[in-house]
Amino acid sequence: MLKLAALAVFVLASLLDVSQVRAAGEQVVIGTIEDLSGVYADTGGQGSVEASAMAIADFGGTVLGKKIVLLSVDHQNKPDIGASKFREWADQQSLNVLLAGSNTGVSIAMAKVAAAKKVPFFAVGAGGASLTGADCTPYTVHYVYDTTALGNGTASAIVKEGGKTWFFVTADYAFGTQLQDAAARVVLANGGKVLGAVRAPLGTTDYSSFLLQAQASHAQVLGLANAGTDFINSLKAADEFGITKTMRPAALLTFVTDIHSLTLQTAQGLYLTTSWYWDLNDETRAFAKRFFAKMKKQPTMAHAGYYSATLQYLNAVKAVGSTAPDLVMAQLKKTKINDVFTKNGYIRADGLMVHTMYVMQVKTPAESKYPWDYYKVVKVMSGEEADGSQADPACVLVKK
Amino acid sequence: MTSVFGVPLPAILGQLMLGLVNGSFYALLSLGLAVIFGLLGVVNFAHGAFYMLGAFAAYVGLETFGMNYWCALALAPLAVGILGIVIERLLLRHLYQLDPLYGLLLTFGIALIAEGIMRGLFGASGKSYPVPDALRGGFNLGFMVLPIYRAWVIFASLAVCGATWFLIERTRLGSTLRAAGENAALVQAFGINVPLIVMMTYGAGVALAALAGVLAAPVVQVSPLMGSSIVIVVFAVVVIGGMGSILGAVVSGLVLGLIEGLTKVIYPEASNIVVFVIMAVVLMWRPTGLFGRESP
Amino acid sequence: MKARTRLYAALAILGLAAPWLGLYPVFVMKLLCFAMFACAFNLLLGYTKMLSFGHAAYFGASAYTTGWLVTAQGWGTIAGLLGGVAVSMLLGLAIGAIAVRRQGIYFAMITLALAQLVFFVCLQAPFTGGENGLQGIPRGSVLGIIDLGGDAAMYYFVLAAFAAVFVLIRRIVHSPFGQVLKAIRENEPRAISLGYQVDRYKLLAFVLSASLAGLAGSLKALVLGFVTLSDVSQATSGDVILMTLLGGSGTFLGPALGAIIVISLQEYLSDLVGAWVSVMIGAIFVVCVMTFRRGFIGEIERRLGRRV
Repeated sequence: MLKLAALAVFVLASLLDVSQVRAAGEQVVIGTIEDLSGVYADTGGQGSVEASAMAIADFGGTVLGKKIVLLSVDHQNKPDIGASKFREWADQQSLNVLLAGSNTGVSIAMAKVAAAKKVPFFAVGAGGASLTGADCTPYTVHYVYDTTALGNGTASAIVKEGGKTWFFVTADYAFGTQLQDAAARVVLANGGKVLGAVRAPLGTTDYSSFLLQAQASHAQVLGLANAGTDFINSLKAADEFGITKTMRPAALLTFVTDIHSLTLQTAQGLYLTTSWYWDLNDETRAFAKRFFAKMKKQPTMAHAGYYSATLQYLNAVKAVGSTAPDLVMAQLKKTKINDVFTKNGYIRADGLMVHTMYVMQVKTPAESKYPWDYYKVVKVMSGEEADGSQADPACVLVKK
Repeated sequence: MTSVFGVPLPAILGQLMLGLVNGSFYALLSLGLAVIFGLLGVVNFAHGAFYMLGAFAAYVGLETFGMNYWCALALAPLAVGILGIVIERLLLRHLYQLDPLYGLLLTFGIALIAEGIMRGLFGASGKSYPVPDALRGGFNLGFMVLPIYRAWVIFASLAVCGATWFLIERTRLGSTLRAAGENAALVQAFGINVPLIVMMTYGAGVALAALAGVLAAPVVQVSPLMGSSIVIVVFAVVVIGGMGSILGAVVSGLVLGLIEGLTKVIYPEASNIVVFVIMAVVLMWRPTGLFGRESP
Repeated sequence: MKARTRLYAALAILGLAAPWLGLYPVFVMKLLCFAMFACAFNLLLGYTKMLSFGHAAYFGASAYTTGWLVTAQGWGTIAGLLGGVAVSMLLGLAIGAIAVRRQGIYFAMITLALAQLVFFVCLQAPFTGGENGLQGIPRGSVLGIIDLGGDAAMYYFVLAAFAAVFVLIRRIVHSPFGQVLKAIRENEPRAISLGYQVDRYKLLAFVLSASLAGLAGSLKALVLGFVTLSDVSQATSGDVILMTLLGGSGTFLGPALGAIIVISLQEYLSDLVGAWVSVMIGAIFVVCVMTFRRGFIGEIERRLGRRV
């Protein structure tokens, strides 16, 4: 009986341990939920957490006299982990804002929690345009880029150069399908044709059979609607099977770290669309230098986005003198965003942060003069050009 | 252009070729599984993990010691084989007297540990391992470019499978092994050190998995999860072939690889499940598997 | 005897009081769901010695069905739960019919492979949402009377379901049917020679276990509001084996205790050590198999010399 009592105590203790509720109101809690170990760990990952920490440090570490606390956890590309962690932080840690990303599926799941728990949610590294469309919430801000802009940038540049027939290799989840749809719309609108598509699971390592399907289509363009290591692996395999000789690869979402691992030899000549590049101007170079000192690699657009989003949230809190979610969201939506990430960006009614995007081309090894000198600007797109001038009518927040 | 069922012939041939590459891995892995099962009666759930460790051994060898592919091909299986021997001595050996389920559970735990350690050290996404210089480039077969490296994978694994089959079915050592699997006590009575044989066999089976891992490294990327995704397919392959049958393991490995490739052309959505469907059908028809002799 | 009554009374009070002890209700509900899952699994492993290596298939299939029914089809909560259980029951019948033809490790490997089949179907079927899973599943209400939206109401609903399943499993084990199962566990050839149609008993046990595992999965879907591929994955199948083994297979309370330990460990260690948590889970597996095969409750029962 004694042992059973001990057992019961053990059970109780293990449960109670769980339930330390942090007293609300003494601090401002910022959460980051990122892919720290998977396919997007390089493009977002720990660098994103670091970028948020830099923003907090630059802000001074406190706001409204309260200490700013940064939480972070790995969502492992699993929507259930992301959503339950977010819910738990909101219930238990009095979370004030969540910055999260790199994986649209996870982000959609987290958006649902944001709406239920009324916590501002910056979708930073994720791409799916539905975050500000069918899945929009009053608390979502979609920050760095979305699939619509990527399609309008890269796909339209390629189709206008004569790449009329397309075959897609698509990451098999919300992000990939939305990216493919966005690109396909642009291709069709410009008189091109989509000959087919194949869906590869997230984290596929051997793309050979998918690529053979693409090759059999005899399309001119190989649309890679994927990202991170998925993109790297699929492009490498296309190279290995000689497919890049007969089809032109379209990198629909590429980060500067991807080019770094692919090397210019493989990646040269690719078109890509990005909202930020470390080598744009003195301000971006200064940020990149500080980031590089910490992470030993140049920041991606996602990293710069994390920095900027953290800063903008804190600015809004300071301006309204409160962390009340509705006040902060209202402040965010009426403020122009001007920082190292973008100039004159603004948050639209559906939650999309509209800002300048760049269509870039990857330099040849001969053109590259110094380490990480990878891109040349092909075209600068205004936010409206990238994402349209109207908010997404699929979003319930948009007045029709 | 020639086509079969409305699918262009080159596409079919291409996918069959890739299926053969995958089938080579299945064959090598199910071979090791069958060798271990035949003698130890243990279903080695850690087989996928040893495959993964083999690939990582090659990767770490290259990154830290600059060890080239050919050295890795010899040393990685050796290192992982020794690890297998240690595990057999320290852990597995104590379970032979118990229900074989415990062997399965133990190796499942070992697989989790190995996978977790590698994830902790290297992250969940893959590390790329370059194709060795000598095997770069491709043969243009007309219907596809077959990278030389993949041709080498098929050749190497068929050679290893053939050699293993010969060793076990046609040599004196092999007959001792088989006898020890049938009746350990009797073989022991002939003055043969059965525990030693068992230990070495486990090491060898594990080394085969590691060898497959090194072969796979340039093809599929080195990733902590590469083992767990393939091991269940290999289990199904072994169940189809009949547990403990060397020939059955190799043949069904290759054939199922081909069938999987064919499915990718005809009905790609089913390519992940075709092996399991075939397993279910085979079991309904022949509960002991196609080549199996043992009682159900 | 008296001690056992007192123990159960204490546990019942603990269960009823849990939300008022400052515990995070969502987490406790998750524990209860997994405890139910482990108890259902134990019906197979503990009382029939059939090691199903793919029990997440039933857990997840039912969760997906319920999620889909209440979200896309607008079914009520109870109807959705029953629909989920019906699907896991049929799935258990189909897979069980193939698997019970073999024993021991063969049975384990077949259930494993067929569960993987279910996993891939869930990955690709149009109504599961693939990698995204099903999101925003409403909790609804009990027949329109009790609203389950609040955590407290949902908690007592889940607790009641768990208690009912727990009692049901006890009844099954103590029934003549349960006695036959134990006879099969101890000596299958003898059970056959006594004239029992062993395969039918095993299949029935399998279907019961699959259905109850399904109920656990469906409840979890409602509690958390989502279903994802993790729920049908091999990892979840492994977890439930560990829960049962660690707590003590073939004991009533063991699997529930094991579920509490394993889920708590995963939840709290994953924040601290990240990927290393699976190393720890694997290590517990190894220790359990090597030296602790009776599990916690099994050891306690052995020391006390009686069942709890």
